[in-house]
Amino acid sequence: MRLPACLPVLLLVAAVLLPVLAGLAGTLLPAFGHLPALGAVGWSLDPWRRLLDEPGLAAALRLTLVSGFGATALALLSVALFCAAFHDRPLFRRAQLWLAPLLATPHLAMGVGFLALAAPSGLLVRLLAPLLGLDRPPDLATVNDPWGLALLLGLALKEAPWLLLVSLAALNQIPAARLMATARLLGQPAPVAWLKVVFPLVYRQIRLPLHAVLAYSLGTVEMALLLGPGSPPPLAVLPVRWFLDRDLGMTFPAAAAATLLLVLTLAAILLWEGAAALAGRAGRRWAASGVAAGARLVRLGGWLLPLLLLLALGSLGAVLLWSVAGPWRFPDLWPRRLDFATWAAHREGLLALAEATLRVALPATALALALSVAALEAVARHGRAAWPWLLGLSYLPLLLPQTAFLLGLQVLLLQLGLDGGLPAVLWAHLVFVLPYVLLVLAAPWEALDPRLARSAAALGAGPLRMLCMVKLPVLLRPLLAAAAVGVAVSVGQYLATLFAGGGRYATLTTEALALASGGDRRVLGVFAALQAGIPLACYALALLLPRWLWRRRAGLRAA
Amino acid sequence: MSGLALRDVVLRLDGRALFAPLSLEVAPGGVVTLMGPSGCGKSSLLAWLCGTLDPALAGQGSACLDGMDLDGLPPERRRLGILFQDDLLFPHLSVGGNLGFGLRPGLPRAERRARIEAALVEAEMPGFAARDPASLSGGQRARVALMRVLLAEPRALLLDEPFSRLDAALRGRFRRFVLDHAAALRLPVLLVTHDPADAEAAGGPVLHLASLATP
Repeated sequence: MRLPACLPVLLLVAAVLLPVLAGLAGTLLPAFGHLPALGAVGWSLDPWRRLLDEPGLAAALRLTLVSGFGATALALLSVALFCAAFHDRPLFRRAQLWLAPLLATPHLAMGVGFLALAAPSGLLVRLLAPLLGLDRPPDLATVNDPWGLALLLGLALKEAPWLLLVSLAALNQIPAARLMATARLLGQPAPVAWLKVVFPLVYRQIRLPLHAVLAYSLGTVEMALLLGPGSPPPLAVLPVRWFLDRDLGMTFPAAAAATLLLVLTLAAILLWEGAAALAGRAGRRWAASGVAAGARLVRLGGWLLPLLLLLALGSLGAVLLWSVAGPWRFPDLWPRRLDFATWAAHREGLLALAEATLRVALPATALALALSVAALEAVARHGRAAWPWLLGLSYLPLLLPQTAFLLGLQVLLLQLGLDGGLPAVLWAHLVFVLPYVLLVLAAPWEALDPRLARSAAALGAGPLRMLCMVKLPVLLRPLLAAAAVGVAVSVGQYLATLFAGGGRYATLTTEALALASGGDRRVLGVFAALQAGIPLACYALALLLPRWLWRRRAGLRAA
Repeated sequence: MSGLALRDVVLRLDGRALFAPLSLEVAPGGVVTLMGPSGCGKSSLLAWLCGTLDPALAGQGSACLDGMDLDGLPPERRRLGILFQDDLLFPHLSVGGNLGFGLRPGLPRAERRARIEAALVEAEMPGFAARDPASLSGGQRARVALMRVLLAEPRALLLDEPFSRLDAALRGRFRRFVLDHAAALRLPVLLVTHDPADAEAAGGPVLHLASLATP
């Protein structure tokens, strides 16, 4: 029997959508009072009444909206102004080099580093301490502030490099240099011309990643726990807190809160696009008006992103510094000595956790790579018009708040007795790893010159030999990049590990977050440093390995 | 002096000159045609004039437009108009938006609209202001591109093989359209091409840019 040609595509989409759809159902049903396992059958609005009775709900909503929209807008604004101001400067190319470590660092490690910089006893306050005459940490909520500003900034630190990366990729698809030459000769100074004629074309291409940033920022649990206020917390934290409650009855309001977050996120994406359409109309009127003013303002605003990147690199440095810090009194800028005592003291635990982390990350990445290669190859060989659209469905988990389907997934796994095991955690990670791996691989796969495959076929290579001997080696660089991204995504998963693991599967990420409330910043630094170190090592490998392997093949090195 | 004047212009790639030092003058209303094999640096010469030269290349020599030294001026203050092979209409703006892009700011709204509509009449496309550029034919797009350049009131016109992409029937007509408008506005025109028919139609002196780079 011949397998249908579209099987790899269906397999990939099913691997992602099955748990997502099942999880959504598992969240929506209890939200309306239906959960037979707990003896609740039929419909009821009680979960919603319980949710609305929650005293901090309005504040939680406000927090979520401010930090979610704020972080997304700040990241986009900084990237747009940076590109507008610096697209023709050498600095622009150098910025791309800084990006790799920031992209590899998981959200949580970045958040821990930001905490080490911005907390009342953090490095930034220590810098100012002599000026302000402080000899103890000020009694100020510089992080975990009730407005969610620290959360907003912490999110923007991680999202801005990602948006810059996708913008740079989009720029390669646009005849930006010739459009710029045209616009400038029509009288527009460079920064203004970039915003008027290049940015609208870039924006069209980065819409999906931008929506993913918005959805993540509204729905993040780990960053909210780390940098957000505790009472009330942002909306995304409520269902997790209630679910982890000993009282099983709290599953119902937890499901209602997760459903509210889902509706809020979908509405937010629509609202964002509505606002973007209005802004686009105003922008086109501005472009057509011939007004050339504003270049100086844009140039000034261009420094916003370097500032954010510097803060992000500083956060990364702060994590490393704390992990090797000896005794460190408050106003001192540098620890009294540096040693590996904290690393040594936690050696056993760190090794076990790193192993548990990799035991999920490596198979999840390998599976994601295999499924993606099979699906892309099927599209390349027998592609119908509908298939790329079908593949696009696998990006869905990036546009939903994680809680909305992970909560329901946990409820289902619990009923099936599957929670807590490695397979469940692995599949939950795959849901997030797969879309990113596919996102990295899809463009290079499509861009591969089809004549290469045709000439291989003309030389008598069968489909399998062509894949193994021609396509995979030529695409080694994007394959390794996708693998590094896959590991980084898996290592960073908090909620997927917590829920699919039933709270019993510990990784570096879950442990680091558990330690965050404890307060020993050295230990937290060690865990966060290792959490960042694993993906960083993978990124470095993905960057260096092709260079070494292809050191005698200039045509493959340059790509 | 008025017109466009180049003196001892050389472009270098990694220190090697692409062509022998070039000097030329174009009077208002006149056309000078530059011909040469592809890769000899014709288009790069125009990019150097515009101030948008690829950073890998270095240019030296001087260029004056109506007595004003172009050296060091940003592209937006050079008052040069250029047409490329591709029309490079901005795809997110309407036809009218494209035409308004280069219009001097500060004009009253009614005046702007009148100038845009007059340019459309000139291009034999009255009432096209609200149209999407993607819905135009190749000839229409080319005419809009020229009108957009002329509305910015340049003092010289640079043509970077703008006729080569058009099919044979259209090419001759659009060439006449461009050259007639440039002559009517008394603009100095520097035309870069490898089609002898272009040079013939332009009628002015023809310079051959000898490539030094190829062995």
